[in-house]
Amino acid sequence: MKLVRYFPVAVDSITANKMRAGLTMLGIIIGVAAVLSILGVGRGASADILDEVASQGTTRLTISPSTESEGEGAGAPVQTLTMGDVRALFDPAFHPDVVEVVPQFTGNIQLVAGSSNKQTRVTGTTADYAGVHRLEMAEGRFLTEDEIARMSNVIVIGTAVATDLFERTQVVGESVRINGEPFTIVGVLEESGNAGFGSNDDSGFIPIGAAHGRIFNVPRYRGDYTVTSISANAVSEERVEAAELQIEQTLRLRRGLGAHDDNDFTISTQASLLDTIGAVTSTLTLLLSSIAAISLVVGGIGIMNIMLVSVTERTREIGLRKALGAHTSDVLLQFLIESLVLTLLGGLIGIAISYGLALLVQRIPNFPIDILIGVDALILAVGVSAGCGLIFGLYPAMRATRLDPIEALRYE
Amino acid sequence: MTGSSALIEMQDISKVYRMGETKVLALNGVSLSIEEGEYVAIVGTSGSGKSTLMNIIGLLDSPTEGAFAIRGQRASGLTGRQLADLRNREIGFVFQQFNLLARAPAWRQVELPLFYADVARGESRRRAVETLAQVGLAERADHRPEELSGGQQQRVAIARALVNRPSLLLADEPTGALDTRTGEEVMALFEKLHEEGLTLVIITHDREVAERARRVITMRDGVIISDSGGTAVAARSGRNGLSEAARSPLPQPIAIDHAEGKIYEAG
Repeated sequence: MKLVRYFPVAVDSITANKMRAGLTMLGIIIGVAAVLSILGVGRGASADILDEVASQGTTRLTISPSTESEGEGAGAPVQTLTMGDVRALFDPAFHPDVVEVVPQFTGNIQLVAGSSNKQTRVTGTTADYAGVHRLEMAEGRFLTEDEIARMSNVIVIGTAVATDLFERTQVVGESVRINGEPFTIVGVLEESGNAGFGSNDDSGFIPIGAAHGRIFNVPRYRGDYTVTSISANAVSEERVEAAELQIEQTLRLRRGLGAHDDNDFTISTQASLLDTIGAVTSTLTLLLSSIAAISLVVGGIGIMNIMLVSVTERTREIGLRKALGAHTSDVLLQFLIESLVLTLLGGLIGIAISYGLALLVQRIPNFPIDILIGVDALILAVGVSAGCGLIFGLYPAMRATRLDPIEALRYE
Repeated sequence: MTGSSALIEMQDISKVYRMGETKVLALNGVSLSIEEGEYVAIVGTSGSGKSTLMNIIGLLDSPTEGAFAIRGQRASGLTGRQLADLRNREIGFVFQQFNLLARAPAWRQVELPLFYADVARGESRRRAVETLAQVGLAERADHRPEELSGGQQQRVAIARALVNRPSLLLADEPTGALDTRTGEEVMALFEKLHEEGLTLVIITHDREVAERARRVITMRDGVIISDSGGTAVAARSGRNGLSEAARSPLPQPIAIDHAEGKIYEAG
């Protein structure tokens, strides 16, 4: 196969000018390493988030109000999801597949302990919250049914809140003030270890009644306090869709929505959440890697530039080769394969660098994300660098073929 | 021309270059025939048309008018690819500046025509080393150009020209870049090759080089003004045969720079 015989020619020509070849490849090396690393980070991050979501259970449903679509308050949630809805959803006769229903009212508010204070996210909820959201306790316990019923001034806080206020996490029995009211700390949550999605480290939980009645100025809708969202658990993963339908039916009935009216609430399941997260991370990854791909284009232009210089420098050589019987296709292939070898080599070095980076990141303890480089990304990298060589090498190679051997041999 | 035994057959060859508005008549009705085994020198000043003649004989250029054939094969109407193959098979080039590849060992230089002739790698290496031995460089097969003297470099180039066993060795000022002694080496090699039966065409303006040839063709202003051994041509030629061309003035003015070099006539 004659094609193969151009490779040693190309390698000879590249090794004859190592410094220049190295600098030329740098663009491709950086481009490939950047694209692979970013794809790897994207994949690592989304694998992380998906793990996190899966660890929180796949049977959970979250009901939240829709946002206003028009008028002054467009974009703000409609305030029609209430404690009345929560009570209705408790009825097992209409919701055989729904086992736990947990209302939440969340707001940002200042916690004060002695001279320390911290703005934090406080959620009024019920005892089942810990079960539905799979909270783990580091200290003490979660809110009890009894405390919910009596709207006691008790609070469960995350580790970040505890360390910010008390500089330690063994704080059960201590007291924090919210709006001047003292709340006794009954539990501290297990640290979730990352600041990312689903972390409760910077949160506080109080009985829903206390949140509604005393802490937040909660508006009412048709006589009931509104809630920020309602969490529910389906009996099993297979019954999630059924549970979703049952909940939807009840809420539509309670709102008197006609057959053609849209829901003014949204029910999201973990599955739909996973879809959304997947879409978001892949969009982000795509965006970042297209930025990295620009460096590949820049690298490719560098290749083209050097190949043009090389063609000019080797004008006599080209003339000689033609005089000795080289076909136009021989000259074309010679230069095309030279730029192909250049970019492939650059691509392979780039791959090695991104692998090195991935290994390095793995060795750093507690580094938030891994870089995951898949075989598909490798194939992509090799393909893209080869493509770069062929595309950006084509013009210089064509320039070489167009040289008139008489002129070329006379060229000084 | 078929049936002719001549290796090179040229009939009324004209070559016109266009340089913007001006036309340059580089060759004006040249007829020439070179037999197998001849040792021919083509001489003339710069601008005499000898380089153009060489390019046409070497199949690097095609005439504007007239017929050219090598080994009975007409060159007109051939594609670039066919011309390249014909060059590869029939013609060995030797240049004034050697035109060796930088950094490649001698055997790789010599192998080059075989690469384009699709000869397998092992075979081509063997033949390259063999041909190097033929020019007396058996010991230097692995030396790179910078490790060789000028004369040795030119011998590598000659080996490269010979490796594909061409019909014709075409040398353009082969001693132009060499000192007298190494030039002599190269000329002695040509002599030896001629005696072995190779057809040689040397383009030169060096009197001593030209005198070594068996036949000297002198060019001036695009025509042959003398041909020491051109009896065959004289017999066959038409209006631009040597005697007529030498006598008659040029039919058209030619825009060529005559400033450089004095006219040198051989024979």
